[in-house]
Amino acid sequence: MIQCKTSKEISGMGHSMKRKEDVRFLHGKGHYIDDLKLPGMLYMDIARSPYAYAKIKNIDISEAMKVPGVVAVVTGKDLEKYNLHWMPTLMSDTQMVLPTDTVMYQAQEVAAVIATSRYAARDGREAVKVEYEVMKPVIDPFKAMHADAPVLRTDKPGKKDNHIWHWEVGDKAKTEKVFKDAEVVVKQDMYIPRIHVSSIETCGCVADYDKVNNHLTMYMTTQAPHAIRTVIALVAGHVGLSEEKIRVVSPDIGGGFGGKVPVYPGYVIAIAVSFLTGKPVKWIEDRSENLQADSFARDYHITAELAGTRAGKIQATRFKVLADHGYTDASANPSKFHTGLFSIATGSYDYDTAYMEADAVYTNKPPGGVAYRCSFRVTEAVHAIERITDRFAFEIGMDPARLRMKNFIKKEDFPWKSPTGWIYDSGDYHAGLKKAMEAIGYDALRKEQIEKRKKGELMGIGISTFTEIVGAGPSKDFDILGIKMFDSAEIRVHPTGKAIARFGTKSQGQGHETTYAQIIAEELGIPAANIQIEEGDTDTAPYGLGTYASRSTPTAGAAAAVAARKLRDKARKIAAYLLEVSEDDLVWETGKFYVKGAPEKSKTIQEIVFAAYTNHPQGMQAGFEATHYYDPPNLTFPSGAYICVVDIDKETGAIHVRRFVAIDDCGHIINPMIVQGQVHGGLTQGIAPAMYEELIYDEDGNILNGTLMDYLVPTAVESPKWETGHVVTPSPHHPIGAKGVGESPTVGSPPAIVNAIVDALSPYGIKHMDIPVTPFKVWKALKEKGVV
Amino acid sequence: MNKVITVTVNGVQQVLEVEPRTLLVHMIREILNLTGTHIGCDTSSCGACTILLDGKSVKSCTILAVQANGKSITTIEGISTEGELNPIQEGFKENHGLHCGFCTPGMIMRITELLKDNPDPTEEEIRWGISGNLCRCTGYNNIVKAVLYASAKMRGVPTASTEPEFV
Ligand code: FES
Ligand code: FES
Repeated sequence: MIQCKTSKEISGMGHSMKRKEDVRFLHGKGHYIDDLKLPGMLYMDIARSPYAYAKIKNIDISEAMKVPGVVAVVTGKDLEKYNLHWMPTLMSDTQMVLPTDTVMYQAQEVAAVIATSRYAARDGREAVKVEYEVMKPVIDPFKAMHADAPVLRTDKPGKKDNHIWHWEVGDKAKTEKVFKDAEVVVKQDMYIPRIHVSSIETCGCVADYDKVNNHLTMYMTTQAPHAIRTVIALVAGHVGLSEEKIRVVSPDIGGGFGGKVPVYPGYVIAIAVSFLTGKPVKWIEDRSENLQADSFARDYHITAELAGTRAGKIQATRFKVLADHGYTDASANPSKFHTGLFSIATGSYDYDTAYMEADAVYTNKPPGGVAYRCSFRVTEAVHAIERITDRFAFEIGMDPARLRMKNFIKKEDFPWKSPTGWIYDSGDYHAGLKKAMEAIGYDALRKEQIEKRKKGELMGIGISTFTEIVGAGPSKDFDILGIKMFDSAEIRVHPTGKAIARFGTKSQGQGHETTYAQIIAEELGIPAANIQIEEGDTDTAPYGLGTYASRSTPTAGAAAAVAARKLRDKARKIAAYLLEVSEDDLVWETGKFYVKGAPEKSKTIQEIVFAAYTNHPQGMQAGFEATHYYDPPNLTFPSGAYICVVDIDKETGAIHVRRFVAIDDCGHIINPMIVQGQVHGGLTQGIAPAMYEELIYDEDGNILNGTLMDYLVPTAVESPKWETGHVVTPSPHHPIGAKGVGESPTVGSPPAIVNAIVDALSPYGIKHMDIPVTPFKVWKALKEKGVV
Repeated sequence: MNKVITVTVNGVQQVLEVEPRTLLVHMIREILNLTGTHIGCDTSSCGACTILLDGKSVKSCTILAVQANGKSITTIEGISTEGELNPIQEGFKENHGLHCGFCTPGMIMRITELLKDNPDPTEEEIRWGISGNLCRCTGYNNIVKAVLYASAKMRGVPTASTEPEFV
């Protein structure tokens, strides 16, 4: 059980407080972007390319302009006049807002139609006639790397190939030596497919430019409103928009998962049109546009290798990655990290030698590479290490749980330096796996498996014991476009002892309105119910880098605790004044200060706050407010031990996930109910790529499953009944010992599922399956082995 | 040519003029300004737009407004009075059945019919019963729990613990 220091009335850390934000959603009174209607608002729709690679010979807008209600059609040539036809990506590459001559992927924006109604805009879009000269696209990233591949980015002067960047880390020579001398080497190619965040709300905005005051209010689905404001100021500064005249408002967001971090062309076009017309412009993308053009994730081709001893000791790992970025590098990574935090791929195991390298390449596919519920490529990293570890166990005939137990970094060895340079803050991997094995009944399952195998039945047990790296990040290394990745909290306590707190982050369903209030309640003893939380409005919230990569609790959550502690220091001074004792004679007990040895002499936090406005000591500033910008000293390293049991039908290849136990360690828990909810949701987003989801392109660059009819987001039927639990090793450097949890389950679960499936098929010599593992793939593999 | 239709929306009769091609969901959201009904897709796949049409749960993005002529519509705004939660809404709140809340109104409308047809469903029946509604956030465990809670409450039997089953 989780120990709580506060009462239920106060609901500080550890209480499963029911969420404060729920009521408005349950009544249908959330404020999502498409709910916003402004007087005189225009609607925008976007004509898109049917081809993956083509020259634009002509765009004929005359018919579109005749459609009743259509007021304008905007093309790349129009934006070019204002030098707004290109924009920078987060990775300092460039991306077309609208093309002037060439389209680079199917569904790319070609022209925007502005009209007085949603339907008129759509009619206008259908009437835009574009003449294309179709070219042969480059779709396969390996072919794109060939010396004779056509160069795609001809807009970049002097560019002679499709290579974007090379990255490497670790000790190459030492790794080679260990591999050369090793008793056992295993090697596996694996593909982590292109997938999509598919939040149920798509992306959209209302750009509202006020010509008289030269002021832009940008309502948009963004996870990082402040960063967006700065980006707009940087990109549109030359047309006279400066940062104090820009307000970005991120309303309620219907799921983000990283897909609402980037700046998509639609946002920029809407701003441009509002700027030119002086009218509010709404753009809401369709689901199909969202799937086909925005925010893909993953798409890593990995070769993983592991060297070890016959006795099962891991000695070194080596990873080689080819990253397909589509036509531009629009990944959402901290600037210095081309491959995000992929270098966490050495995993939870105690060895000191590793080498990793990666190359990125342009193809005729949509740009992206967002951190989909993932701290920047950690999902890819965890998949690689957890799969290759299982391959190793299989190779030497050792139980994968035993092999992991043997190799885990020991609890007492933290802080621990990884072969790629990370300092893991804390963990107890043995305890986590032990708990998961007990919860699922591991030994009994292995016995059952032996019996089943005798009868020719396919049953598999798969494990994933992963280490995450979240909470970007320490400002010495982490920035986005130069802005350091701190985050912020501002707390104002009103005279009657009720508070409002504002943050630089932005919830998209994580429950910040509840959890941040609980952190402050823990520190100040003011009931969480009396603490109002606000995020998402750059005019009122302190600057912050936003919510993604499980960074809110590690950064803004820490800022809340530190700001609250500043207030507690002030409270002590006021209490000393009111009680006429020295500050040192006061003892803090949740919600009040009392005099040492005389507990009846006390002042509650509410009395103290009231005094801060009505009777504060002379010389002290009145009021009760504090702000903190928190720059984390290190990242946090949540971990998990997941075990999955599958049964496979030999005749059809159908896979049934019988059980799935997830034991997570996210440090101190703020709200167990919310943590558990995050884990459930993340697990379903883990089974999705493991068994169902992949964006598939044919060789002409046509997307084959660009709608929710054929892109298989799991329903309640595909989603197993998740079993969850936890161990707690607090982060030693975080003010409340928390680590962040949102993405752990998405990151950690796919390899557990695949390992279980491969384990089931292993008696037939099957050693690997690429995700998504579908019944057809299983059936085919069994057929090849002559089993069906 | 626009059509005039008569619909009863959350108990109130309305006479509206709509284009024949107007989707019911757009009528609800844009003409009636009932924005609790959401749009999550363009292929009738997600269920975010689910409402009750003459008591049957339907995806309002898949029906033309003119097809609702003479019928009665219930949306999320019409299932309880503000400030109060009905047993299904309460089930969601008590069991953390929502994260971002975008799928929630559609889910609740679907579940309203589900529990009318089957007041005491099994977990399996609930999962199949809501399989036309996608939720990207919750992983469904707690939605199932919310339905079980509502079912118990509506039948007057004690509800199960709403504490998280964190081992
Ligand atoms: S919006 Fe109606 S089913 Fe998706
Ligand atoms: S709560 Fe976000 S989609 Fe269901």
